[in-house]
Amino acid sequence: MLPILIKGLTLLAGGRAVLDDFTAEIATRGITAIIGPNGAGKSTLLRALDGLVRPGRGTIAFGPGGRSPAPRRAFVFQKTALIRASVVRNVALAVEAEPISAAERAARVAAALERVGLAARAQDAARRLSGGEQQRVAFARAWARRPDLLLLDEPTASLDPAATEEIERLVVALRDAGTKILLVSHNLGQVARLAEDAVVLASGKVAEHGPVDRILKHPASEAARAYLKGELPWMSFAGVS
Amino acid sequence: MSLRVSVAASAIGCAIGIPVGALVAIARFPGRAVVVVVLNALMGLPAVVVGLVVYLALSRSGPLGHLGLLFTPGAMIVAQTVLVTPLVAALTRQIVEDADGELGEQLRAMGLSTLQRARTLVFDVRFSLAVAVLAAFGRAIAEVGAVLVVGGNIAGHTRTMTTAISLETQKGDLPLALALGFVLLAIVIVVNAAAAALRSHAARRYG
Repeated sequence: MLPILIKGLTLLAGGRAVLDDFTAEIATRGITAIIGPNGAGKSTLLRALDGLVRPGRGTIAFGPGGRSPAPRRAFVFQKTALIRASVVRNVALAVEAEPISAAERAARVAAALERVGLAARAQDAARRLSGGEQQRVAFARAWARRPDLLLLDEPTASLDPAATEEIERLVVALRDAGTKILLVSHNLGQVARLAEDAVVLASGKVAEHGPVDRILKHPASEAARAYLKGELPWMSFAGVS
Repeated sequence: MSLRVSVAASAIGCAIGIPVGALVAIARFPGRAVVVVVLNALMGLPAVVVGLVVYLALSRSGPLGHLGLLFTPGAMIVAQTVLVTPLVAALTRQIVEDADGELGEQLRAMGLSTLQRARTLVFDVRFSLAVAVLAAFGRAIAEVGAVLVVGGNIAGHTRTMTTAISLETQKGDLPLALALGFVLLAIVIVVNAAAAALRSHAARRYG
């Protein structure tokens, strides 16, 4: 079904190009990291891939030659959006639109809760959980959708190290189950641990795309070097060597 | 009489106003901004004007005259429903729109249809919507203009607390008018206190 072929993706917001002629081919399997400074267009790219925003120009296609139907997708946001209801009810929302029987839905929800270790908390009020547990609810939702493509937008940005580790284990489990994962993260340690390849995004364009090891150690582009050195993106790159 | 009419009108107003408000909040269609402005404006509908319009519609020569509702409790319920439905719809629109800003993208990412999202968001804000329900009930039980015009203030038939107070004041029986006023106030306070208790319980339970 995959790879993902993105061609000339351009998206304007407030008169500014958030994505500017973004072109990339993203591999079929594994975890691809999307890194780059704030405002580079990382989140917008994920939203465009999920159809949440429509690009002004450009195409997104899937599969060899770009002829496959859109893959089954799931999206985990930095902040989990939970409704005022039990954990199980929140997870059930993820499969509400699926064309499957009620029994199948319940089974998938139960399996997903089991998978993320929240089966015992199923009846608790979701908004009363800790931040790490709330993000596990988000992963239970993703798991229940059985996605081919999982979009992660800084899924551990507000979590402590222990909760981060649990989430990373879930990410690896989803990858091992055959889900293609796109990971937006500022945590470069996490990127090195999880991802095989990385796309460096700067001002809505691909600055560099290659194996994570190489990009983190020997970035080829000025933009990647500047980002990795912690340079401010709005400063001139002239001083970066 | 007051309670029966106002509860019925609030219930019907919510049954119509909440779904309409929720759909206006999350659906995107041409002319939506106009609908929002009109809804907000209708919140300020003068009760006595509503009474007049409903009177004309229900009067013997009016389009709904054959129903024979004029000067009955039924007519009062109709008038108050017209009065409170836009109020409920406008408040629901605002509350659901705020919730949509917080949750909407995630719900869309889970592939939920507009109707499913509307239902989910209304469920999410169900305790905040108590405010809309209360506002409807408060407006209905407190108003005198509409029920007076379409009900006729007939003793034992279409006389409400508010029309009785108005009448007794004119007759000069101020102690009776005042006593009725206190009863009316007490009803409103008890209903609101119950709603506040429900909300604080819900906040503790669901966050």
